[in-house]
Amino acid sequence: MPWNPGDDVIAVQRAPQPGGVGGVYRAFGETLRGLKTTFARIPEGTVTLQYPEEKTPVYPRFRGRHRLHRFADTGLEKCVGCSLCAAACPADCIRVVAAENTPEHRVSAGERYAAVYEINLSRCIFCGYCEVACPFDAITMGPDYEMSDYHRPDLIFTKEMLLVEPFERTPLRGEGE
Amino acid sequence: MNALVPLADVVYVEPWWMQVLKSIVIFLVGLQILPVMIVAERKILGRFQNRYGPNRVGPFGILQPLAEIVKFATKEQFRPRTAIAWLFALAPVISILTAVASLAIVPFSNTVDIFGTKTGLYGLDVSIGPLYLFAFSAVAFYGIMLGGWASGSKYSFLGAMRAAAQLISYEVAQGLALVGVIMTAQTLSLVGIVEAQQGMWYIVPQVVGFIIFLVAGFAETNRPPFDLVEADAELVQGYMTEYGGTRMVAYLFAEYLNLLIISLVVTTVYLGGWLLPFGIDPPTWVDPFVVFAKAFLFIFFFFWIRATLPRLRYDQLMSLGWKILLPLATINTLVTAIILVATD
Repeated sequence: MPWNPGDDVIAVQRAPQPGGVGGVYRAFGETLRGLKTTFARIPEGTVTLQYPEEKTPVYPRFRGRHRLHRFADTGLEKCVGCSLCAAACPADCIRVVAAENTPEHRVSAGERYAAVYEINLSRCIFCGYCEVACPFDAITMGPDYEMSDYHRPDLIFTKEMLLVEPFERTPLRGEGE
Repeated sequence: MNALVPLADVVYVEPWWMQVLKSIVIFLVGLQILPVMIVAERKILGRFQNRYGPNRVGPFGILQPLAEIVKFATKEQFRPRTAIAWLFALAPVISILTAVASLAIVPFSNTVDIFGTKTGLYGLDVSIGPLYLFAFSAVAFYGIMLGGWASGSKYSFLGAMRAAAQLISYEVAQGLALVGVIMTAQTLSLVGIVEAQQGMWYIVPQVVGFIIFLVAGFAETNRPPFDLVEADAELVQGYMTEYGGTRMVAYLFAEYLNLLIISLVVTTVYLGGWLLPFGIDPPTWVDPFVVFAKAFLFIFFFFWIRATLPRLRYDQLMSLGWKILLPLATINTLVTAIILVATD
């Protein structure tokens, strides 16, 4: 005995089958509709950013190239050479060599300072763990993303390079932008 | 049979120096339009996709083709070890030669006086106009087939086979679509066909033939949605796979030249060539510009279609050609013949 679905039957509306005279007619009509759709793109104008001249603004929490910071009032480096960032780094791209501060030669606010602070940006994966590990907020991830270079040694950033403000600033995204 | 019977009567012949001059001018104009078309295509396609297209080289990117031709010309000439050298070199030449030859019969205006000589503004007005065109596009197969086969590569060969099958299928429909026009105009000379459209362009009475001819034209020039020959996404480059440098440029130029020719032919045959509607009769020097303006409409349409339609599947291509276009063209021919006889 065949099963009677009763009122549960849902009538499915099927698309017309291709082929035949009706198919040709529909294909022609759909082609015209497609032509209209593509032509409507022309008055919309372009959405392209002309990259080297126009740059994509980045979000405030964007993890770009690292920056080292100084205290604004005393000008001393925040980094005390604790190497926690190097320990946290999963790509093992940070090298810190610490040295003692002396009263004559005072570089940082703490007991010690980073005599050598190098980040090999060709190995860095921009995870931001160094920023999280730092107890003094000495290293943060800045908004700069243009770091390509022709030689690998040029991608090893030293402390002096990380301390200065970049020559060209990356545009930051405004509130709600 | 008398051996002196010419294969094709040339309707009007100028002195030899004028023929040479004309050939050079038509060749130069035709070849100078190609880079413009290439950069226009890329810019227009860009606009269809909400982007700019090339805009870095020169003002508005118009020097892009120049930069590219320099790039291609400085490339190394190479061929696979399995290739047949002389055929491999000859095939692109055949392609571009047949394309340039087809340009010769496109009429840009009727006869005018230049330097006191009556001159037709066309390369040649042969009495077999469309047949000449089809003959040369048939020879153009050899450019593609030989190129694909002489490469000695399976991908090239497959691409060439697909190309040949596609071109042969659509040439039938294209030829039959023109028969209606030829019967109505009672002449095979392209100048004669244009002049027969004095009262009404053939796009009105022959609208079915026009659509068939245009669709088949897309297939004949390997333009999307019939670019199965190249199919950049699935096949490598079809018959051009093993080609590089200037030899590939020859193929590309032949392709764009064919696109220009098909636009010019559609203009001539269906859109009244240099004629303007509503009895406007400008001086003769305007005529070539009218022809090119109409042809550029079709070229824009080719770009527009490229931005719109996805590529057909191979079986769809074949069934469209043989099951739809060919019967339609036959019916169009028959109906035209019946109407002509009935109203005669």
